[in-house]
Amino acid sequence: MSILIIKQGIADSIQDLGRYGCQHLGINPNGAMDTIAAQTANLLVGNDLNNTVIEIHFPSSVILFKEQSLIAICGADFSPMINDIAIPINTPIIIEKNCVLQFKKPISGARTYLAVKGGFDLPKWLNSFSTNNKANAGGFEGRNLKKHDEIHFRSVQKYGAVLKQKDCEILSWHASLKNFYSASNFIRIIIGSEYDWLTDDAKKLLGSSSFTISNQSDRMGYRMKGENLLLKNDQQLISSGVTKGTVQLLPDGQVIILMADHQTTGGYPKMAHVISADIPKLSQMNPNEKIQFNIIQQQEAEDILFDQYQQILQLQNACNFSLKKFNEQYGFH
Amino acid sequence: MYFEKVSTPLLYKIHPLGDHALTVEFGSLIDDSINQKIILLFHQLKQKNIAFIKDIIPAYASLTVVYDVTAIRKKAPSAYLFMKKEMENEIINCDFNITVSVRKIEIPVCYDTSLGIDLEEMSQQKNIPVDEIIQLHSNKTYRVFMIGFLPGFAYMGSVEEKIITARKQQPRINVSAGSVGIAGEQTGIYPFDSPGGWNIIGQTPIKLFDTKRENPVLLEAGDEIKFIPIDLNEFKKIKESV
Repeated sequence: MSILIIKQGIADSIQDLGRYGCQHLGINPNGAMDTIAAQTANLLVGNDLNNTVIEIHFPSSVILFKEQSLIAICGADFSPMINDIAIPINTPIIIEKNCVLQFKKPISGARTYLAVKGGFDLPKWLNSFSTNNKANAGGFEGRNLKKHDEIHFRSVQKYGAVLKQKDCEILSWHASLKNFYSASNFIRIIIGSEYDWLTDDAKKLLGSSSFTISNQSDRMGYRMKGENLLLKNDQQLISSGVTKGTVQLLPDGQVIILMADHQTTGGYPKMAHVISADIPKLSQMNPNEKIQFNIIQQQEAEDILFDQYQQILQLQNACNFSLKKFNEQYGFH
Repeated sequence: MYFEKVSTPLLYKIHPLGDHALTVEFGSLIDDSINQKIILLFHQLKQKNIAFIKDIIPAYASLTVVYDVTAIRKKAPSAYLFMKKEMENEIINCDFNITVSVRKIEIPVCYDTSLGIDLEEMSQQKNIPVDEIIQLHSNKTYRVFMIGFLPGFAYMGSVEEKIITARKQQPRINVSAGSVGIAGEQTGIYPFDSPGGWNIIGQTPIKLFDTKRENPVLLEAGDEIKFIPIDLNEFKKIKESV
């Protein structure tokens, strides 16, 4: 009733959609970087959208399944294999026990999400399963996954009738996520409270020049390399709340975009905010990729986010329908 | 942006913080009375457990509310305007004149130079004896203005003018958990081993953050803090017992 990590990945961790309600204590939300992919992995196996997933980077963990399970892998395509069989992403798959899941080669994206039916059996910390590496709490023992970690499933189901001695069975439906990640390198932003501190030239550069994701980018933030953005005056700011997507201007004129493990407060000027709906897309971009910011209005950002949410619900309904038919066919619950 | 007048009279402005949060600003100063108003509003919001609010982050002179956009959008055309109106009502209904009981917390600190690793440098730089720095730091009661930077990291102020010290030019790669530091007019305690640029003047043996506690964070915004000097022996004794 568990999986076993038989080889450690570079930074794989248990996440859900984040820990909210504790930011006044300096406890940041954490949670999946790409919430669209995390939710899709969960809905493909019939879980609640906020269930546990493993966020996997490349080089990835190698995972032994000690029990049959219904799984889905969504987000980045790292060429997943079950034993020696290549399997698709964004598709529900039944895996035989004692089979090994590994990821061979990064094809696209920066992180991928593994969900198992029923989720992982872990204790919640402050109402969330997400890993907080700073506080050494949440997730699996408050840290990234290591070799020999064994994570139990919350529920089991016997899939022998589907597998018929095979190592895995790829089910017949999949989730198309194209609508959620536009192919362009545009990342949409709305302006921040200190936007007007920028010189006119700097405003133009922010809206039209290209920025490269630097190597100093991780779950806390993406440091960007681009033209130096200058302020009209040398103004100081006292610290205040910041949030996922906040684009801060650092003293050296470069910008940083706050991501899932962001600090709760910050004292750098807030030039802009990446819209929530584009955070998943940005989360799938790697160092050295270039982006360009596109300024839109607050209301439009909300509209796009709400539309994205409704699409997820539609996807969930469609998958639940397929899953129900499949369960009826085999007499599963 | 403009400031609106309310009864107290209290000046404030509200602006979006991205597409899923807003910030209420009561000014741009580090000031006890402004911060007290922020904390009052914070407690009112917490107590009411207002629908759609996911997080409330009080800071020096501002309060940020993170809200559930999609849940609000099911009933209102603009989540921001809905939440802005909600906040305006809360501010109008908040009695900013009431006196609140403040938690007074004493924190033992060992100012031995083996732990207060920047004391000697500060002493030379400011031309103040180490003992006087310790006395000036431990004589005062401080206010926790806000928690941020790290889980449980309390920004406290303000230190006596004589010991105001700018952050170190080169931040340390690792500052030990419990280290007490000064940055500008602020003083703070590192809850974890962490990189940091504050001038370290001592260390507390108690845990500022402990996941085993129901409330893992010891200090909260609004608390009053007094540092009690202890010697190295007491430090070791307390450290072993916690």
